[in-house]
Amino acid sequence: MANVTFKGVSKSFGAIEAVSDLSIDIADGEFVVLLGPTGAGKTTTLRLAAGLEKPNSGSILIDGADYTTTEPSQRDVAFVFQQYSLYPHLSVFDNLAFPLRSPLRKISEEEIEKQVRQTASLLRIEHKLKNKSTQLSGGEMQRVAIGRALVRNPSIYLMDEPLSSLDAKLRAELRLELKRIQRDLGSTILYVTHDQIEAMTMADRIGILSEGGLVQIGTPREIYSDPDNVYVAARLGQPSINVLPVSAMRPENAPGNAYSIGARTEHVRLSKTDKRSANASLDWIEHLGDQNHIHIRIGDHRLTMLADPRSDLAPGDDLDLQFDAPLYFDEVGRRIR
Amino acid sequence: MAEIRVQNLRKMFGSFTAVQDSSFVIDDGEFVVMLGPSGCGKTTTLRMIAGLELPSSGQILLDGGDVTFNRASQRDIAFVFQLFALYPHMNVRKNIGFPLLCQGVPSAEVRKRVEATAELLRIDHILDKPVSGLAGGDRQRVALGRAIVRRPKAFLMDEPLGTLDTEFRDLMIHELRELHNSIEATTVYVTHDQIEAMAMADKIAVMNHGVIEQYGEPQEIYDRPATMFVADFIGSPSMNFVPFHASLEPGPAKISIDDQPIVLPDLREGIEDKDMMLGIRPEHIQFDDNSRLRGSVLGAEYLGTTQIVTVTTARGDMKARVAANIPVQNGETVGLVFDGHRLSVFEEQSGRAIQTQLHDPIVPVGV
Repeated sequence: MANVTFKGVSKSFGAIEAVSDLSIDIADGEFVVLLGPTGAGKTTTLRLAAGLEKPNSGSILIDGADYTTTEPSQRDVAFVFQQYSLYPHLSVFDNLAFPLRSPLRKISEEEIEKQVRQTASLLRIEHKLKNKSTQLSGGEMQRVAIGRALVRNPSIYLMDEPLSSLDAKLRAELRLELKRIQRDLGSTILYVTHDQIEAMTMADRIGILSEGGLVQIGTPREIYSDPDNVYVAARLGQPSINVLPVSAMRPENAPGNAYSIGARTEHVRLSKTDKRSANASLDWIEHLGDQNHIHIRIGDHRLTMLADPRSDLAPGDDLDLQFDAPLYFDEVGRRIR
Repeated sequence: MAEIRVQNLRKMFGSFTAVQDSSFVIDDGEFVVMLGPSGCGKTTTLRMIAGLELPSSGQILLDGGDVTFNRASQRDIAFVFQLFALYPHMNVRKNIGFPLLCQGVPSAEVRKRVEATAELLRIDHILDKPVSGLAGGDRQRVALGRAIVRRPKAFLMDEPLGTLDTEFRDLMIHELRELHNSIEATTVYVTHDQIEAMAMADKIAVMNHGVIEQYGEPQEIYDRPATMFVADFIGSPSMNFVPFHASLEPGPAKISIDDQPIVLPDLREGIEDKDMMLGIRPEHIQFDDNSRLRGSVLGAEYLGTTQIVTVTTARGDMKARVAANIPVQNGETVGLVFDGHRLSVFEEQSGRAIQTQLHDPIVPVGV
């Protein structure tokens, strides 16, 4: 296990700066998720940590030692990619044993057997060890791929959207398992995704990336409830935070320099009222199964919020809408605290 | 545009039954999603509608005409596979217009329809660009444009968003549904992803082992699942199931689990000394210290507005979706209560849902 430090790391590909002046500290045993849209520099950051790319400037430290230009094979990191690639002609056991059988390691077959079985039990695929790797479901294949990284017991795990090719149910299952395994082993994980649910449910800290730079880093609750700016606020929350000009409905205690209001479901209180005193109306209810969204109209503006499963509001209802300690942002989108 | 009527459709591959006696009607202009796990027969059903497979028995009617044994090319149906395949050496305009050229449509007409299609998809500004330099989203819009430019009677789509990352998928889900709203073409869409299904469909057909277990509107399928399979497959996290044994008369009904009384929705059929399953959606569970149904908190997944709390009880693990501001500690003991009139009741053996007041023709309006 180890800690990782990026100090002012930049990486360009031609004229495009993929990572710019990135500094981040990942503590020993910490699960850090980098979240951002396509092109934010997430994967490049991961590849820099792995040594698959060399930075143009800045340094990368592992356990305090400078690894900036060290070859990938000398770094003791394991990389899990988005697309699992298993050896199709080998059994699950042999796939898991493969990294241990490297001639550099000189591990006895007895020890290999022990470690493979341990890893398989951790991932709950013990009963599949004799299967060909092609005779597995998608979720099991990805578990084997993760297992191949775990079995080596490296100092750091680097994971690039390892769950994104799986269906919703499996993703939910593996999210829990990955978090459990990380806790049990005390592993250091740097994990990249653009799925906010993965970030919120697994991360000790979430780092929000934009255009190659780190915008904010903090616990999921900090990032969600105390964002530094509109961009960060929009990364987390389903439905997304509603951003309205403050002129749409100026709350009494809005700060003077407030330009926009950021309102999530928990920042809005609704009650049914008559047409005369209403300041909003319920447009429609979108049924998405596990959650229902209600769409509200305030003049020309719209708001989308999570519906309370116990509420009896219906489309067409006239509403009294009050903001309850919403977020305020200034003209350039900075949070006003 | 067209109505698609499927009657007693059956498909065998050797001794394996891929699709068993399916019957359903897709109304003109409807967006129907066939949803199920891999191997459930959804793609086979789609391929039979397209004419890419011939059924072992049964009939397919397109606008009342029997097309069961017509060739695919004679059905005036557009089949969209993965949305990626474009002709790399042609520009956007030529890619979209290609199907029309193949049909021998005059070039002035091709130009007009390509431009109208591009406008609909908001890609009219890149019509003369080569497709090789396009961003992922635009590439898919071009592929989609090529499918809709012909204005066929129906669209069939086989997991068109399957390979996309979540961010793009969410975007395309909304664009596909918007596109459907504006051209109102009958669409049959196959996926194993419930989010795609719930967000886009007018109706969902949930399939399992070659059988359609339920065919209905998304909300109906979520609120009143016809079988335990449907109840478990739809919803994230899944419905919680708690076994119980009871004899109950039709009408108001009450059971007891761990000495905690639980009011069920009024039953519309009786239960005679049977093993049953109570189905509870995670959002219909609340914490209440006075409840005798107790468990200890195994973990909480923070989701912002809400959190999913897993509670280990004597009846198994249960997942509750509660407000994120409710403090929970791992290992803490909590009492659970259920939102009585939203519960589902199933026969354990058959998995069939018992009819309750939830199934009454007039359903209380609510969210």
